[in-house]
Amino acid sequence: MTKRINRRRLLAGATATTALLAAPPLVRAQPQALKIAVLLPRSGYLAQAGQSCHRGAQVAGKVLADHGYRVELVHIDIESSPDVSRTQAEKAINEGAHCIVGAFDSGCTLAIAQVCEQRQVPLSVNIAAAPPITEQGYKFLVRNFPTGGMLVTNGLKLIKDVLDATKLAAKSAVFLHANDTFGAAQRTAMDALFPRAGLPFQLAESIAYDPRAQDLSVEVTKIRALNPDLVLTVTRAADAIKLVRDMVRQRFEPKGIISPGSPGLYDEEFYQALGPLADYPIYNLPWADPKAQMSQALEAAFKPAHPNFRFAVECFNVGFTFEALLVAADGFKRAGTTNGVELMRAIRATDIANHVMIGPPIKFDDKGQNVGIPSAAVQSRNRTPTVVLPATVATMTPVLPMPGWQGRS
Amino acid sequence: MNPSIYLEVVVQGVLTGLVYGLMALGLSVIFGVVRVVNFAHGEFTVAAMYAAYLLFSVFGVDPLVAMVPIAVAFFGIGYGLQRALVNRFVGRAEHEQFILLVGLAIIIVNGTLLIFGADARPVRLPYGFDSFVIGPVIVDKVRLYAAGAALAVAAALFLFFRFTRTGTAIRACADNLVGAAVVGLDVRRLYALTFGLGLACVGAAGALMETIADAKPELGPVYTLIAFIIVIVGGLGSMTGALIGGVLIGVSEGLAGLIIAPSMKSMMSFALLIVVLALRPQGIMGRRR
Amino acid sequence: MMGALNPRGRALLLGVLAALIAAPLVADRYLMSVLILIFYFAFVGQAWNLMMGFAGQLSLGHALYVGLGGYVSALLWLKFGIGPWLGVFAAIAVATAFGAVIGWLGFRFGIEGVYFALLTIAFAEFTRVAFDHIDYAGAAGGLFLRVEEEGRWWDLRGGPLLFYYLALALAAGALVLTAWLARTRLGYQWLAVREDEQAARALGIDVFRAKMAAVLISSGLTAVGGVFTAFYNNNLFPSRVFDINRSIEIILAPVVGGLGTVFGPVVGAFILTPLGEALTALTERLGINAPGVKAVFYGLALMVIIVLRPAGVWPWLARVLRLTEHRP
Repeated sequence: MTKRINRRRLLAGATATTALLAAPPLVRAQPQALKIAVLLPRSGYLAQAGQSCHRGAQVAGKVLADHGYRVELVHIDIESSPDVSRTQAEKAINEGAHCIVGAFDSGCTLAIAQVCEQRQVPLSVNIAAAPPITEQGYKFLVRNFPTGGMLVTNGLKLIKDVLDATKLAAKSAVFLHANDTFGAAQRTAMDALFPRAGLPFQLAESIAYDPRAQDLSVEVTKIRALNPDLVLTVTRAADAIKLVRDMVRQRFEPKGIISPGSPGLYDEEFYQALGPLADYPIYNLPWADPKAQMSQALEAAFKPAHPNFRFAVECFNVGFTFEALLVAADGFKRAGTTNGVELMRAIRATDIANHVMIGPPIKFDDKGQNVGIPSAAVQSRNRTPTVVLPATVATMTPVLPMPGWQGRS
Repeated sequence: MNPSIYLEVVVQGVLTGLVYGLMALGLSVIFGVVRVVNFAHGEFTVAAMYAAYLLFSVFGVDPLVAMVPIAVAFFGIGYGLQRALVNRFVGRAEHEQFILLVGLAIIIVNGTLLIFGADARPVRLPYGFDSFVIGPVIVDKVRLYAAGAALAVAAALFLFFRFTRTGTAIRACADNLVGAAVVGLDVRRLYALTFGLGLACVGAAGALMETIADAKPELGPVYTLIAFIIVIVGGLGSMTGALIGGVLIGVSEGLAGLIIAPSMKSMMSFALLIVVLALRPQGIMGRRR
Repeated sequence: MMGALNPRGRALLLGVLAALIAAPLVADRYLMSVLILIFYFAFVGQAWNLMMGFAGQLSLGHALYVGLGGYVSALLWLKFGIGPWLGVFAAIAVATAFGAVIGWLGFRFGIEGVYFALLTIAFAEFTRVAFDHIDYAGAAGGLFLRVEEEGRWWDLRGGPLLFYYLALALAAGALVLTAWLARTRLGYQWLAVREDEQAARALGIDVFRAKMAAVLISSGLTAVGGVFTAFYNNNLFPSRVFDINRSIEIILAPVVGGLGTVFGPVVGAFILTPLGEALTALTERLGINAPGVKAVFYGLALMVIIVLRPAGVWPWLARVLRLTEHRP
């Protein structure tokens, strides 16, 4: 039987509809965009790395927008100071930041972490290697970056793979590291992990150098006296230049220079200073996956924005900074709200397959640490960092022993 | 360890130390005569390093040659700075001089960061990677040349102070200010000249330093500290003292690094400083006042 | 030294104090974090001021005492469970011991002026590199304090409110201590020594003891600042906490504010910290995105202040606002 539309029903229906339209919305309107404050050390003694990360943050907005994420980025310089980090984090949150990304330096990151914890604002760490960051119990922090221990574990394994691939017979090595926060953490990891890594060579000595020294000639002389086949290094860019330069002058040619898990052997200043002598060191680090779609999109955006810088050289800092922003943006998309607690919950449940760095989807354990970040063996070839292992993502095969210093072009 | 290794470290330490010594010489001249504590000394050195880098990358001038125009330019800067600003701080309390120069240091460090960026700026000299093999010892070419140039500049300065009228006048100011004024010397002008000369040394030292190290904004404080250590160990107001102090620091740091641990190198210099301050504050070559 | 506060000045002081006590009710978190920094620098600046402004010894290595205070109290808490309210005494003891050595070296061997300043720098730097190698204290990798529990004031585990009032209490306490010391016999001895050491000695003042007292009080007090900093930041790195830049930061406020005056360090802290924040905000507002610009202006500001007001801002301010009694 068909319903008869009579006046009463029509009136009832109209009233009901009007009431429904006039009632407050059951679902809140989605906020426009996630406001993320990016705190980086763009001046002070960490300026070089901080500015590199900043270049990544600058192009991240566009790439994220292209992938359907709505973010608004605010860039803040923390001047390599934890005091400034703390006040600027408070200020940023006051001015509406829903989330913070930063901060490269462990001390600064921890200062920000405390603010974020107290104000219940998520912190997505782009780069900071000190293990305690995810051990101190912060609930509003995630770190998509390996700890010093992870870097060394993966790095040592890759050294074995490199030696197998190049069939290099190495009998001895010397480990040289800067005596700063990062270097000391790697040294601790090396001391613990090397004996169990099953590598075919002996570690003759571990040498710590003063990061404020202007001169590494004594250290190189010391290494030369031990005459190792391999030199394992944890240095910053400026020191790496001095290291290789003094090796050349002192006519010391190790079979390989390998970093078990630190940057420094591939910065642009390193290539500029050394030219062809900069080729052939190997560094085992997480790296941008040349075959990942997100990685290619990031590179495509980076080139026009920073014509004087090479993505191939900066992808470590740029990639991780971008991924930290991606984690925040993705969490926002799934949470549908900028409320700190819910946003954090969504971020902790992150599972992003299409990202920049080599490896499985980004996921966090209950401490907020991503434990699944692998390293790749990257070698400088033609003054360009090139992935050489694992073979699935490699674009060249590794070459060891290094050719001699003389006669390179 | 092979004994020639020790010899090599000593030789390299001497060579590097001579360049540091030249830098410290500038400080000794300024502090010894004008009695201003130049806490921006290292920053000026870094500025000179950048100047050498600039001349090399734009005009292809070797820093050993660029040293001369840079020294002249820095002389002018020092003269002007002294007359315009520093002069009224002469004779004032050290902490006031300190704040003035710390402010200046902050400006230089961040100014170089703004202009040149945060990357290290080395000069790629054609002989930058070469070395001489002298017996069992390997010596870097750059260090040898830089040390030679440093000695030349120091010698020129020494001759100036010994044999010219102005030089003698400046030494008179240092020895006896009141007497100098009584005799009719234009003390203010001489102060400005001395500051200029001191900075000229810094300019030359910085240019030479650029061949050995790479210019970076934050090197300033490190060099300031080294300069002060050398000046005190070597003896304030003594030119040979500055050079000897530089060599001593260079060698002791090198040997400490070789024998103990490189990361403890600087502890050696600071310990040396404390010992000298306590037992022989006039330094090795200084005279007790 | 300055005259004491007149009734106008006293009223102003009480007013400011009341405002600061009530501030957390209205202030936002950013303002509170800035105020905590101001109080901290006022406190350590005041501690340094005792040694320099009153006893005339220029210390450019005061970060040594901050670091020692921080590490001692942090280690006692981490390794032995001894809370900071007790640990502070050990911190003071260790820092004072170092201060005693430095003071003794200085006075026994007649190390004065710039030379003494360099002695203090040498000690601070030596200790910095030493701590980089002490594995028990975390070496260069750093020492980290646990942060899970809040609301335990006896372990200094708490939010910004706890640290705000603690910092305010420290700064106010140092102010009161300085004002009181200035009126004691020791205070007048310091004044005499600072003005003319020879004459003071001729008057029978034991110059060595007077100077030593200043060094010991100064170093001990600074160590308390170190305890604060360790438990506020929850981490310690030798390269940061003993760094010469920290030492320089400590002396900026008292010199800018007015060396040797009771209120100088406080005024200086209230000028410099907000100046830094203001410059950051200004460069942001002007759309200048270049890192380092703010610092250039900061350096310029320092130079301008010391050229225009070499005796410090407080004496001039007190005169202009007529906050003190005039003594002939």
